[in-house]
Amino acid sequence: MAQRTKLFLWRHGPLLTTLSIFILAYFIGAQMYPAMQKPQAFFNLFINNGPLLIISIGMTFVILTGGIDLSVGGVLALTTTASAVLLQNGVSPALVMPLMLIMGTALGCILGCIIHFFKVQPFIATLMGLFFARGIAYIISLTSVTITDSFYKYLALSQVPIPFVPNAYVYLPSLIGPALLLVAIYVSFFTRFGRTVYAIGNNEQSARLMGLPVGRTKIIVYSLSGFCSALAGIVFSISLLAGYGQFATGIELDAIASVVMGGTLLTGGAGNVIGTLFGVLIEGTIISILQYNGTLSSWWTRIGVGVLTLVFIGIQSIFYMQKRHS
Amino acid sequence: MNSTPLGKRSVSSTPLLSRIRESRLFWPLAALAVILIFDAIFIPSFFRIGVQDGHLYGNLIDVLNNGAPLMLVAIGMTMVIATGGVDLSVGAVIAISAAMGAVLINPALGDRLVTNDILTKDATNTPLGVIVLVTLLAGTLCGLWNGLLVSRARIQPMVATLILMVAGRGIAQLITNGQIITIYYTPYFWFGNGFILGLPVSIYIVATVFAIAWWVTRKTPIGLFVESVGINPKATYYTGISEQNIKLLAYTFCGFCSAIAGLILSSYVHSADGNNNGLNYELDAILAVVMGGTLMSGGRFSLLGSVIGALVIWTFTLSMYTLGVPDKALLAGRAVLVLLVILLYSDQSRRLLNRLLDRKGAHHGAAD
Repeated sequence: MAQRTKLFLWRHGPLLTTLSIFILAYFIGAQMYPAMQKPQAFFNLFINNGPLLIISIGMTFVILTGGIDLSVGGVLALTTTASAVLLQNGVSPALVMPLMLIMGTALGCILGCIIHFFKVQPFIATLMGLFFARGIAYIISLTSVTITDSFYKYLALSQVPIPFVPNAYVYLPSLIGPALLLVAIYVSFFTRFGRTVYAIGNNEQSARLMGLPVGRTKIIVYSLSGFCSALAGIVFSISLLAGYGQFATGIELDAIASVVMGGTLLTGGAGNVIGTLFGVLIEGTIISILQYNGTLSSWWTRIGVGVLTLVFIGIQSIFYMQKRHS
Repeated sequence: MNSTPLGKRSVSSTPLLSRIRESRLFWPLAALAVILIFDAIFIPSFFRIGVQDGHLYGNLIDVLNNGAPLMLVAIGMTMVIATGGVDLSVGAVIAISAAMGAVLINPALGDRLVTNDILTKDATNTPLGVIVLVTLLAGTLCGLWNGLLVSRARIQPMVATLILMVAGRGIAQLITNGQIITIYYTPYFWFGNGFILGLPVSIYIVATVFAIAWWVTRKTPIGLFVESVGINPKATYYTGISEQNIKLLAYTFCGFCSAIAGLILSSYVHSADGNNNGLNYELDAILAVVMGGTLMSGGRFSLLGSVIGALVIWTFTLSMYTLGVPDKALLAGRAVLVLLVILLYSDQSRRLLNRLLDRKGAHHGAAD
């Protein structure tokens, strides 16, 4: 029994660490600011971090293959700007949303192809993707564009009550993240594609020798990340009812931080999407605490996220180094 | 310098055409020539150089002066990329050192407001020497931090420097208390606006840093060590070279270069802004380095190539400004350009190009 408990702890160590850190952080926050004890404060985490959760899910798959996607913020900003301008010109939301998703997927697919066929390092290709997407957003509009579409407004204000919890609600777009998470869990654990992603991250050479479709999987993973970024962009533009090329600067580090905090190894091959959820929640909690404090300025969140990423990379390397030794 | 890299074939037997084609400086110089020819046709006024108050002015001088910070960052970035890494934090380091300099000069710390008194007095809180020293030190420390993370903590360069790229802008805002600090201290402006013998001061600074970097990498073994770390870190380690210290040196040097760039930039615009100083410099620096013929995977590098790459970027940018294209609209174009250059240098396209050109060369050889 003790042996099995030990094995369980070893296997799920990073995830349990993340979970306990989240509970600890939330507990400390609730002690400091009693307003955080309300159930709504917890659900606000999902409302405020919807786009981040969606992006982080896509990022998890990319990092699991041993790659990285820095273009997420750019694709998000481009999606908000493009959809805002399209809506302003009277295009129906029913057309805009699929169009944006196709655009994001196509951008991701192009990046994936460049990475796979031309052997360009993932970070450099996606960094250029980031600048490219932001640049296109600026070409579309140099200033912020407001969205006045009635369907977007309806979505932005549609409250969904949480069952069994009185007076608690989330907005309709905030449900997209958790729904996507369920799909991602299924895909990563119960499909052939998911296992291939892990195999590539562990050892690309072996994966290829095993006859797994390495190239195809990598391209799909980057397309998926592009899709998630576009989806996040739609959610983002609904919540702010605006589009601007400067939106979500630095969200790539937020997403990477969430993924790392969730126990996914940056070199790929280990970790899972469930952890990513808690990574996002930890980030959300810390930002909430800073906001409840009120006197701390916004730049502290940037510094905080940086420090947090570093700490978690440290924790991870200790964990996996010990695992390798044993 | 290294105009003819020694390939498998010896230099003397290679035909002139392919020697030019294989030269690292060929592509950046060709790009520069194309842009200048474009300017000569469409914007003839671009080449006008005048003399005013005993110094030169004109678009070409502006290219040198505005491009100086980028040239410096590109020199530092070349060393980092040569070790097989990358430094994404250069823009943030520029912001940090600019903020440092501005805060030391400007007595208006925290919530205090700048009074008319200070404006007219040209006042500074600290002597100029200390300002320069602390500014450079701040940037160098940032570089050292990156170097420690990469070499000692063994975090991938991209992630290690990404942390400072995002957190660094926060730190810069922390230093300036979230304000855009305007500088009213005239001697400080000399770095970005001064002239020596008719040429901008900044270009002399670039020349000095370049000379030092060139001497260190070409006249001492350090250049060889850097290249060997970039080609195979493990083998370098086994030959007894401290691969960690070489990396540490490269990142620290890059931080130092970014700090000088920050000094020049803040002096040029008379202010420090944590959010916008050195914005997108990481993109431009990487572009300059890859255009200069240094491979992203590390190994052989060309400092002169990177400097020419930086010149190409600024000649292009200023030409576009002259034509009235807004700065932000150029962003997408530059990103595509980086990818194109990288693809051009990639093994796949190089093999294709060589196959095409060698076929022609073979015919010539048969005729001989």
